[in-house]
Amino acid sequence: MNGIFLYDALIYLTAAVVFVPIAKKLGMGSVLGYLLGGIIIGPFFLGFVGEEGKDIMHFAEFGVVIMLFLIGLELEPATLWRMRKLILGTGAFQMGATTLLCFAALFLAGFSWQAALAAGLALAMSSTAIVTQTLREKALTKTEAGISSFAVLLFQDISVIPILALLPLLAVSGAHEPSGGDSSWMAGMTGWAQTAILLVAANAVVLAGRFVLVPFLRFIARIRLRELFTAAALLIVIATADLMTLVGLSPALGTFLAGVVLANSEFRHELESDIEPFKGILLGLFFIAVGASINFKLMIDNPLQIMVLVCGVIAVKSLVLYVTGKIARLSFDQNMIFTLGLGQVGEFAFVLFAFIAQLQILSTKWTDMMMGATAISMTITPLLLLINERLILPHFGTKESVETKSHDDITGGNAVIIAGFGHFGSTIGRFLRANGITATILDNDSDRVEILRKMGFTVFYGDATRLDILKSAGADEAKALIAAIDSPEINLELIDRVRKEFPKLEVMVRAKNRMDAYDLLDIGIEDIYRESLDTSVRLGVDVLIKLGFRKYSATRAGQNFIKYDEAALRKLAAHRHDREAYLFNTREQIALQEQLLANDREVSPNVHDDAWDGERRES
Amino acid sequence: MKNVLILFAHPRFEKSKTNRALLAGVDKLEGVTLNDLYEQYPDFNIDIEREQELLVRHDVIIWHYPLYMYSAPALLKQWMDLVLEYGWAHGSRGNVLKDKIVLNALTAGGARASYAANQINRFTLREFLVPFEQTATLCKMIYLPPFVVHGTHLLSDQQLAEYVTLFHKLLGRLAMGGLPLASIRNYDYLNDWLLTDHG
Repeated sequence: MNGIFLYDALIYLTAAVVFVPIAKKLGMGSVLGYLLGGIIIGPFFLGFVGEEGKDIMHFAEFGVVIMLFLIGLELEPATLWRMRKLILGTGAFQMGATTLLCFAALFLAGFSWQAALAAGLALAMSSTAIVTQTLREKALTKTEAGISSFAVLLFQDISVIPILALLPLLAVSGAHEPSGGDSSWMAGMTGWAQTAILLVAANAVVLAGRFVLVPFLRFIARIRLRELFTAAALLIVIATADLMTLVGLSPALGTFLAGVVLANSEFRHELESDIEPFKGILLGLFFIAVGASINFKLMIDNPLQIMVLVCGVIAVKSLVLYVTGKIARLSFDQNMIFTLGLGQVGEFAFVLFAFIAQLQILSTKWTDMMMGATAISMTITPLLLLINERLILPHFGTKESVETKSHDDITGGNAVIIAGFGHFGSTIGRFLRANGITATILDNDSDRVEILRKMGFTVFYGDATRLDILKSAGADEAKALIAAIDSPEINLELIDRVRKEFPKLEVMVRAKNRMDAYDLLDIGIEDIYRESLDTSVRLGVDVLIKLGFRKYSATRAGQNFIKYDEAALRKLAAHRHDREAYLFNTREQIALQEQLLANDREVSPNVHDDAWDGERRES
Repeated sequence: MKNVLILFAHPRFEKSKTNRALLAGVDKLEGVTLNDLYEQYPDFNIDIEREQELLVRHDVIIWHYPLYMYSAPALLKQWMDLVLEYGWAHGSRGNVLKDKIVLNALTAGGARASYAANQINRFTLREFLVPFEQTATLCKMIYLPPFVVHGTHLLSDQQLAEYVTLFHKLLGRLAMGGLPLASIRNYDYLNDWLLTDHG
């Protein structure tokens, strides 16, 4: 057992380490890399894994379980409430229309109405895992398309609960023999009883979260052992998943609920940062497993049926999504991202189809086909998005480059390029424009691009890390590039590319915080601008003034503090790799603050400001 | 060989034809350092340590500026107030600048003749520069007459070129060292001495 586990781990991790970088280099995104890796190590090609068939899925589903726990954690009631119209509106329309169309198609194709309805509901699900990962990688989470996608996915995730409760009622003859000695004790009951148990279980998780988990975490937190908290977090996820499996429910669902409950507790951020790394790896494993589980034999045996199924489902889903996007008033570009992004059938479909098979609503052959179609549709999604980005949008949507008025003005020709025109970048752009300097802007939010072009800015639409876009924006001739993209990872990627391809270009970088600045110092960037420095100090200066300090003295104190802090940043950057262990996010932040505060006490920069000190001079 | 430090203060250097001509290429001259204060301290937050180190490393200090309202631009005054500290530059224990040479190099819109008792400016330029002279004395430095470019608005290119040559000659002589201090101090302006000097 141990040997097998290690062997599997070896294969999976190797696949990830080999294929994800290749996919990234080819500009395809990590999801596609994982999927391809899975296909290649899967039974059909190299056959390293997969004879056990569903075992892989079982193992990898845990990634989805953790992801849903984290999604649950992110669901603050306040956010939900603010987005309620979007969630209910777009979500319900998408679910309803897709289910209805799939139901109609399947029913007409000769399935029983129960089977058609069950399959329709399952097919309406999209993949939260793929969509969130892809959107985050492309930094599209905050665009209209990103927000709408999130709303739809949320509605789907939540509706899994009632669907799971509903499915037993669709079972043809009410009661069933457990399919192949299933261990869950629920399988032998009537549909109504199963439905009732589901609802009870869901409520139990919520209650347990409130009255057991939170006090439990408080107890653990008081012990002040970092790894114990991580262990407790994982324990909660695994225990919830296990309990749910025991009563025959979706573990993903259980942990999602547990996450929602804990979102309101004071441990939200702690849990998030503790589990985040596990999520990434396990989600990768999930994608690999999806790739590996694609049953090519089934496809070869029934090529036509599978093709029709995949194309049909994606076509129906995309159609409904496009209409949904239209209703939500998304612009063409945003709608295309929304439509194709959510066009696949998601991981919840695996859960639902497994349950459907267990209830024998649909024959095993057909659930296998459906699962195959699901896996294929998931694999196709990143490709569709890529095609959309490279072929469709450049021709039909917001143009990537600006139509040039005259030929001698082919490139932007501006001395300054601003990558990322959010709140940060736009302030820079406005300031430069007020001083007669027009900058070329790169941004990936098509809505914003439209507006900026109308305002007369030179804007290039698309992924700023792409070489062709940088070239057409005039990176060859420009003097300075301002990397002001919101996501530090993408900013880093951009800097990396620019320094390789355009070594003459001055790179000036927005850093989110000190941690970011360290990363930038590490790769040798000098012009670093921390968002959190100048503004905070300015506020601090105003506090001093309100407390009665003379304005000039307070201002000088602020100037000196910034100077001192910049120097401290560079000094501490050199030492930070000495620390024995690498600490994650929040903890690292706290350790750093501690270090800084200690330092401040030693070399208080303002106590020694004796300028104009007449008293001292005369004494 | 002496080291010469030009402490240059001009809030609108890019618009000053005269000063740009005077300073073009001076930092390439042997022994001459140009310290462009408004470029160095746009926020008026002068790095006292850096400035004092610079002073220590140089033998001749030149306060170079355009004359605004009969004095230097604000940043040069800020520099004097902050850098020339008690106990460092003056006071019984402040002897770091002792016997270093200091002088003003300035540009003025008005003609030389207008700086006289019965003229529009009512005082001589040397009288306006008394605070600089006394500051130098307080710091135990050797104060030389100023180098002045008058009537900057009306200068022909030819005249400007002559001033530039004269200024560069001054820098050369200062860097060479061994100046006849006693006789120089009898001149009103260093310009006058330079024009009679044949060394």
